[in-house]
Amino acid sequence: MSKTHVKMTVNGNAVEALAEPRTLLIHFLREELNLTGPHIGCETSHCGACTVDINGNSVKSCTVFVGQAQDADVTTIEGVAHADGSLHAVQEAFRQHHGLQCGFCTPGMITRAWRLLQENPNPTEEEIRYGISGNLCRCTGYQNIVKAIQAAAEELAVKEAAE
Amino acid sequence: MIPGSFDYHRPRSLDEAVALLSDHSGDAFILAGGHSLIPMMKLRMAAPEHLIDIQDISELTDITVSGDRITIGAAVTQSRLIDSEDLASACPILREASLQIADPQIRNVGTIGGNVANGDPGNDMPAIMQLLDAEYELRGSDGVRHIKARDFYEGAYFTARDEGEILTSVSIPVPADDHGYSYQKQKRKIGDYATAAAGVVLTVTDGNCTSASIALTNVADTPLWAEDAANALIGTDLGPAHIAAAVDAARAITDPATDGRGPAEYRTHVAGIMVQRAIETAHERAG
Repeated sequence: MSKTHVKMTVNGNAVEALAEPRTLLIHFLREELNLTGPHIGCETSHCGACTVDINGNSVKSCTVFVGQAQDADVTTIEGVAHADGSLHAVQEAFRQHHGLQCGFCTPGMITRAWRLLQENPNPTEEEIRYGISGNLCRCTGYQNIVKAIQAAAEELAVKEAAE
Repeated sequence: MIPGSFDYHRPRSLDEAVALLSDHSGDAFILAGGHSLIPMMKLRMAAPEHLIDIQDISELTDITVSGDRITIGAAVTQSRLIDSEDLASACPILREASLQIADPQIRNVGTIGGNVANGDPGNDMPAIMQLLDAEYELRGSDGVRHIKARDFYEGAYFTARDEGEILTSVSIPVPADDHGYSYQKQKRKIGDYATAAAGVVLTVTDGNCTSASIALTNVADTPLWAEDAANALIGTDLGPAHIAAAVDAARAITDPATDGRGPAEYRTHVAGIMVQRAIETAHERAG
């Protein structure tokens, strides 16, 4: 069982490493690249804490082998903020609207919400709830998460109109 | 949870994939979206020595609607089924069912081929394929063969596919333009398998049902094509007594397990309600 040569782009940076084929993407990100934003929750593709973006799609990285992401463009929560370090509108809205309590689900939740608002910039409340249905939160009851995503959508629309 | 070790293969063509599967017969699994297989590997309920990732095989990712057939490559994801306008207009029950599978992240990787080939009685697409009288194409080192979805499922995780074969596509007869359809699924939460689910397609002319097909998900160790239930509708005005007869006929063939989703009697009861709702909704949509 030889190691394979893994090559991908993570948060805009080219990454190369040797990895056992059975390495899961979440372990590769956390242990090889020290990107500990994506969390290991249920490990069974239910909770969404490990959500990352692969080639423009939200994916649960606990259920992807590292080889499947070969040559892919991966974004984790660490890549969501702007290059100057300022928070993305979704991150800022979670802070303003108390869209988190313990914070464990938050990286996956924000990474998913960030993609959702690119897929659907003006979602209804129902579309938001449906769009984040693959991310579990055991603290908030989702109310403030939904409010945060609504606020982020409005903020992004204002920014877009200004540009 | 760490899966066992394996060698990873990423063939560029179907011929190459079939050759790999044949070379490692019995020790190799096809890896598509992986969201059924990888959890099984973490639990060590599956321990393949070779994984053959089919994501680079472009001939498995086509959706074509031409003439009287819809052909969907095995590696087409649920998300692409949902996004396809061609499918939405030719056969909208595919979108309706896909939207009820798992959650957005999983639909981005889960494939139609994996959903139908795995033989998991909880999967939704097998019943949809039986409902629509779909045919599967299987390719092995001896060539290609076709088998109807209605003949494919033998038991939980046992199908007519041989170890050395890859399910490459599903082919569906285009339903009549004016058909009504519905897939009704009761589940405990988003992402769960069905407590019971039922799909219906039917046509209505001058107030009478002229054709009908019904299939059930997760109320036996295979999907169920409910032929007698559908026959109870054909030639009727789809009035309450006829729907009740179809519901009884559908319930009669169920054999669900008692599990976390409820006792067997309850799941049979729910299956009947799903059949009733699906008939009523399909009737409203027909014409």
